[in-house]
Amino acid sequence: MKDAETLTGTPTEQLAKVAEIASAYANRPDMLMHVVTETQKIVRALSEDVVEVIAREMRTSKGRVYSFITFYAMMSTRPMGKYIIRMCKSSPCHVVGAREILDTVMDFLDIQPDETTADGLFTLEHCPCIGLCDQAPAMLINETPYGNLTPEGARQILREYMQREGACEA
Amino acid sequence: MSEKMLTVELDGISHQIPAGATILQAAQSVGLEIPTLCHLKDIDPIASCRMCLVEVEGMKPLVTACTQPCSDGMRVFTRSERVVEARRFVLDLLLSVHNRDCFNCAKNGICKLQQYCFEYGVEESQFDGCTRPNFPAPDESNPFLIRDLSKCVFCRRCVRTCDKLQGRQALSIQDRGFHSMATTSFNTPWNDTNCESCGNCAAACPTGALVTRDNKKGYRSWEVRRVRTTCPHCAVGCQMDLLVKNNRVVGAEPADGPSNRGLLCVKGRFASYKFIHADDRLRYPLVRKNGTLQRATWEEAISCVAENMKRIQAESGKDAVSGFSCSRATNEDNFVFQKMMRAAFGTNNVDNCARLCHSSSVHGLAITLGSGAMTNTIRDITAEPEVILLVGSNPTEAHPVVGAQLRQAAERGAKLIVVDPRRIDLVDQAEVFLQIRAGTNVAFSNGMIHICIRDGLLDEKFIAERTENFAELSEIVKAYTPEKTAEICGIDPAELVRAAHLYAQAEKAPIIYCLGVTEHSTGTEGVMSLSNLAMAVGKLGRSGCGVNPLRGQNNVQGACDMGCMPAQYPGYQKVTVPEVREKFEQAWGVPLPAEPGLTSTETFLGIEAGTVRGLYIFGEDPVVSDADITHVKHMLEKLDFLVVQDLFLTETAQFADVVLPAVSYAEKTGTFTNTERRVQMVRAAVQPEGEIKQDWDIFYDIMNAMGYPCEKKEPAAIMDEIASLTPSFGGISHERIETQGAPQWPCPTKEHPGTPILHVGKCSRGLGYFYPTEYKPSVELPDEEYPIKMVTGRMLYHYNAAAMTSRTEGINEICDSSYIEISRVDAQQMDISDGERIKVTSRRGEIETTARVGDKTRPGEVFMTFHFPDGNVNFLTSAALDAISRIYEYKVCAVQLAKLDKEGRSYAVQYRSACNPHYC
Repeated sequence: MKDAETLTGTPTEQLAKVAEIASAYANRPDMLMHVVTETQKIVRALSEDVVEVIAREMRTSKGRVYSFITFYAMMSTRPMGKYIIRMCKSSPCHVVGAREILDTVMDFLDIQPDETTADGLFTLEHCPCIGLCDQAPAMLINETPYGNLTPEGARQILREYMQREGACEA
Repeated sequence: MSEKMLTVELDGISHQIPAGATILQAAQSVGLEIPTLCHLKDIDPIASCRMCLVEVEGMKPLVTACTQPCSDGMRVFTRSERVVEARRFVLDLLLSVHNRDCFNCAKNGICKLQQYCFEYGVEESQFDGCTRPNFPAPDESNPFLIRDLSKCVFCRRCVRTCDKLQGRQALSIQDRGFHSMATTSFNTPWNDTNCESCGNCAAACPTGALVTRDNKKGYRSWEVRRVRTTCPHCAVGCQMDLLVKNNRVVGAEPADGPSNRGLLCVKGRFASYKFIHADDRLRYPLVRKNGTLQRATWEEAISCVAENMKRIQAESGKDAVSGFSCSRATNEDNFVFQKMMRAAFGTNNVDNCARLCHSSSVHGLAITLGSGAMTNTIRDITAEPEVILLVGSNPTEAHPVVGAQLRQAAERGAKLIVVDPRRIDLVDQAEVFLQIRAGTNVAFSNGMIHICIRDGLLDEKFIAERTENFAELSEIVKAYTPEKTAEICGIDPAELVRAAHLYAQAEKAPIIYCLGVTEHSTGTEGVMSLSNLAMAVGKLGRSGCGVNPLRGQNNVQGACDMGCMPAQYPGYQKVTVPEVREKFEQAWGVPLPAEPGLTSTETFLGIEAGTVRGLYIFGEDPVVSDADITHVKHMLEKLDFLVVQDLFLTETAQFADVVLPAVSYAEKTGTFTNTERRVQMVRAAVQPEGEIKQDWDIFYDIMNAMGYPCEKKEPAAIMDEIASLTPSFGGISHERIETQGAPQWPCPTKEHPGTPILHVGKCSRGLGYFYPTEYKPSVELPDEEYPIKMVTGRMLYHYNAAAMTSRTEGINEICDSSYIEISRVDAQQMDISDGERIKVTSRRGEIETTARVGDKTRPGEVFMTFHFPDGNVNFLTSAALDAISRIYEYKVCAVQLAKLDKEGRSYAVQYRSACNPHYC
């Protein structure tokens, strides 16, 4: 555990929790999706030490876990903000003004897609369809969907998150 | 296999194709080439490269030939206009992101992308300009390989080779779509991953993305000649191609052999050719004059050998000389060597270094089953079984290509039971791991048999029909309850019971074992107790079962088969049987000695007693490889006359009176017999340099000089002589191997197909014999003065005395100095930290080495190898002998550890064993 911690510094107690989740699925490669999605709720990043714990406990290899994680857009090896904003860039959202909403969010948080705010609160991602075409333009913040967005509506949503966290407007 | 045949038309020609074949397989079987970049034999197709697209009548879209099964009446067009256009498009896309610096590319000339672009007339990409930027700089961290992703075509052959065949997953695909890359996880420099540098990825790569450094620096594909031969390291017998440029071997590539199936390990791939051309190769004979070894002519050297040997024999009798043959040399060399010892010198004092590794197997399996060799084939014991019982064997390091195939087995669901004092690599994939105390194998086997009897797991029918003496065995194993066995072995009794049930209840389960079983004072009993176990549950004489020793050297099986043993002529025919002896006397035209001679280990005792005065050592280095080196050195000094025939002036050769330059495997023709009894060709790739003569040629010269007139024969004719005198080799000849492939002995006649599995229906000795034996502790156990148990073994990157591997720079870059593995628990108690220099002492000697603190060894046990001259564990090991096979107890001796102060002076550290002192 200690070696792993010094690699990328995931807190030991978080790694212990990951180990607990993963160890239930030793020799069950089919359960990797479940383990990784559960792990993401605990750690800020699927960093090397976390991947090592998953691979060891599931009795698979680091390479396989890494390959799996990097394949999926919703998994990240880099540290993520507490809230991950996923702005849809697919056609139905695009034609009703998603770009304007994206610009608004970028401007409001002062970050580019794939970046995280300095306070570690938000990560912005520009992603393919999130299945909310009926409410386009739409976005997800963690697992909460927001549809029929307007620039002011988007700002208001973000303001509410910030107030909840006691953060100031950027 | 269904033998149903389908009629399939390929490009207008009708063929009969077995049902189940894909279009690609069908085309390959009739010699029609369909281009492919991603297809890998033996692995499920992924249809990723799209180069094998073909048109099938009645199917609208083009289909990938690698995935589309043939159907009856199918009409396939592999080169229609539509197909060609589709392939051009694929190439166009690949070329758009390809670094086209072919001038400097090592694969220039054999690159498949280059070849296909040429063939399909694709000169540039219409997508030029939208190429993907930012390829990472080539990874050159590996000492043997270079990975340049700007030349990658995303075929995934490297990743799938590393994953599915090598079982390492050091390379994997990162990201997806346009951004996907074949790389290490987290882009760790290659060198810092679990990569074993086997280079199988580079062999699989169709382009210049993965190349060897030696290729990049040394040769172009069109400059080299390929010579198919057998690897000179361990006994897996991997087939490989040596690449020859200007009479120098500049590289080696894996070939598809029956035992290696297209794989090589780092030693075979990279450490099998540098030594051939090493500056310090012996290139002419040396004779000791005025105390120093000086250059001599062949005539001088040969007559010096003959005169001195004749003098010693005249003074002290025929048996005052002894010979050690070379288990790295060919069958033909070994045959002529033992013929020289027996016919020309008139003594049965001939042995080979199997004495030091698997003589226990040869004796043990001969006693219980009637044939001292691996019972099944490598393919059979890895691809077939549901359960594999691995005892005292670390194939990942010692037999790496078997190690890879065991990882493949675990991956497909076979359950591994690992029984070993160390937490070896395969433990990660094991279902059960029994970390037994070193030296407790007999107790382990007896305990397993006890459980089989207690829980009704025996194969009663097999025992009744095929074996004898079971009653006596069951009497002895009564005492080995799981609790008692577990106490002796230091394991959990419940896990032992689980292991017994897993092994006994599997339909197919082989025992695979190695030196962890044999190199003990009870080594032969250890082997026999394993064959007891296999027979008790009827796992013998059929596919996926058997008792399988993994032999050590490339041709140690052959050296034994060829009669380089004191009691046996070629083919294990006993020297004590008059009819056999008469046969050889008639063939060789001289009377032959009737009494068995001395083993190599007994030869040293003979030197000590003054009865052995002359010694001929062919290709062995006992000053490095024998137990208790200090004693060995004294004995060599005491010898009246010593001849050493070797590639280099080894530590042993420095004691010699005459040194004869030997020929490496790359300069000779002949055969090696691998661990599965397969007799494979060794083909000369280069001419020997200097005045070097063929080894067999030297033996013939010496025979003649000794006064035994003997006509020289070339290797093919020597094999014919072997076949004429050795029933189990009766049907083997070079011509047969060249034309029909390598057979496994016994192969008594030209028509006989060879014997993949021994003891089918009936054991070689008739009834299988249960040899009941009690557990006896090792001769030297830890005590107050020497409180720690030393266990010895091998590591991946070096081979035995390291004469060949240590002459490869990259290998030394990875590891070139001695180390000792210590458990974390012990290290903490003794205040020894990882990387610290410490002194290790036994009753026989002391060495300094570097501590590697970890979790591999049990508390109370440490581990070392004998590969490194800067701290060779054989200064410490015990020369206690097994009563039957006369093998040294290499695996167990008692040592103490001491720390070193700043000036390098040692001071003792307190050690209190954490485990039961009685058994530790």
